[in-house]
Amino acid sequence: MKKLNLILASLVFASTGAMAQTAPDPMQVRSWAASCSNCHGTNGRAEAGNEALAGANKDDMVKKMLDFKAGRKPATIMHQLAKGYSDDQIVAIAGYFAAQKK
Amino acid sequence: MKRRQFIQTASATSALGAVGLMSGCASIGGANGPKVVVVGGGYGGATAAKYVRMWSDYGIQVTLIEPNASFISCPISNLVIGGSKTMADITTSYDNLVKRHGVNLIKDYVTQIDPDKRVVKLAGGSEVPYDRLILSPGVDFMFDALPGLQKSGAQDKVLHAWKAGAQTVALRKQLEAMPDGGVYALSIPLAPYRCPPGPYERACQVAEYFSKAKPKSKVLILDANDDVTSKGPLFKKAWAERYKGIVEYRGKHNATDVDATTNTLKFEFNDDVKANVLNVIPPMRAGDIAVKSGLATANKRWCEVDFLTFESKAAKNIHVLGDSIQIAPAMPKSGHMANQHGKTCAAAVVALLTGKEPNKLPIYNNTCYSFVSSEDVVHVASVHAYNADKKTMLTVPGSGGVSSAANELEGRYALAWARNIWADTLA
Repeated sequence: MKKLNLILASLVFASTGAMAQTAPDPMQVRSWAASCSNCHGTNGRAEAGNEALAGANKDDMVKKMLDFKAGRKPATIMHQLAKGYSDDQIVAIAGYFAAQKK
Repeated sequence: MKRRQFIQTASATSALGAVGLMSGCASIGGANGPKVVVVGGGYGGATAAKYVRMWSDYGIQVTLIEPNASFISCPISNLVIGGSKTMADITTSYDNLVKRHGVNLIKDYVTQIDPDKRVVKLAGGSEVPYDRLILSPGVDFMFDALPGLQKSGAQDKVLHAWKAGAQTVALRKQLEAMPDGGVYALSIPLAPYRCPPGPYERACQVAEYFSKAKPKSKVLILDANDDVTSKGPLFKKAWAERYKGIVEYRGKHNATDVDATTNTLKFEFNDDVKANVLNVIPPMRAGDIAVKSGLATANKRWCEVDFLTFESKAAKNIHVLGDSIQIAPAMPKSGHMANQHGKTCAAAVVALLTGKEPNKLPIYNNTCYSFVSSEDVVHVASVHAYNADKKTMLTVPGSGGVSSAANELEGRYALAWARNIWADTLA
């Protein structure tokens, strides 16, 4: 039985592995985005006091994050956090939040 | 045809196998779906419980075992000790985990884990089966490092208040009862301990209270570490400028014993210190159930885990997260970090129970705000990414940092942080 599961599991891995070459795996992006939700709410739906990201414009979010990262936009903390993510990761995370319901 | 045979065979032998085969279908779970048991409803465990439900499209059954009636936050609890917040401000119900997310909540605690039968035994006598177990038991104290604290009644008088709850209230009462001109002494253990900047924030909170209510009183910090372990320059600036003449910091003061009858603290190398209010934070280790179950493989104190899944290195199908783990380099034991562990672990557990591969590149951050007064705040932030060669989490070069100075704007962000993380963890 274990063998059967293994065979099937490897088939599943093979198919997701092929996708990963073109774009980050959606499950991985979902987890990256979840690392923002401590402050910006589950799936970007924030409580009062912090910016909501759910349903926001993707290009605006990407620009803002890249500006934080480059030091072009003043911040208390986001300039330090933005530097922890690659530009591609920022684009992927912004895409995730843009697709969430407000 | 082949696939159909696979499914039939799998269903006949194991519910888990069936789920693995049907990955991607919306119909996983139900009464026969895989079972996850989460032990401990703090920042780590409550988050893991919620996210396993959410990310399995509510197909995986989750039972959360937690002895406390509601969630009481350690972050912000120093403000209750300082007097600007109440216990109600830091208390959140578990109701939303149950009502919105269908988590099965059991108010009890686990006395034993049987990894072969895959059941946990509860103090109440019942057994709960699991396919995967997530332990988030936080810390317990090494009272044997301070023999005097093991004497009858000593722990009721000399408080730690390092788990928010009854002791938070009791310490506030001791400070209110202390005469003006008295000394509050705070003993800090060697790192690692829960919440590195927490003791220094507490010193600020007590000092602010003294400066308003009993200005002749002193805050004496007795730190086993050589120097302030977190946000050092920012805290020292606050003590020198805001609380001049009130706060005194002494490093290299490793407490070895406590005499609760005379409120005296004894040290490895230094003279005894007597205080009106003695607040002793003992050294700590992984929560009792993790240690008792043989999972604390690092120095018999902390639990080593695989950082891709948080599965224990000592036991299969058992995941450990939050303050109990042997941390990666520069990873703090914090509520924010435990919440991040909870989500990383939840994603991995859902993947493993549905026949998928866990994510290969976890990246998450830590954000920690400390109140140097009831309004002004300093932060430390870091971003941590998985390093496949070293098989651990490492901080991303160039990321992270601290506040340039204490400020009121970050005071507002700190309270917004609290509202948001409580919702992300519990709502």
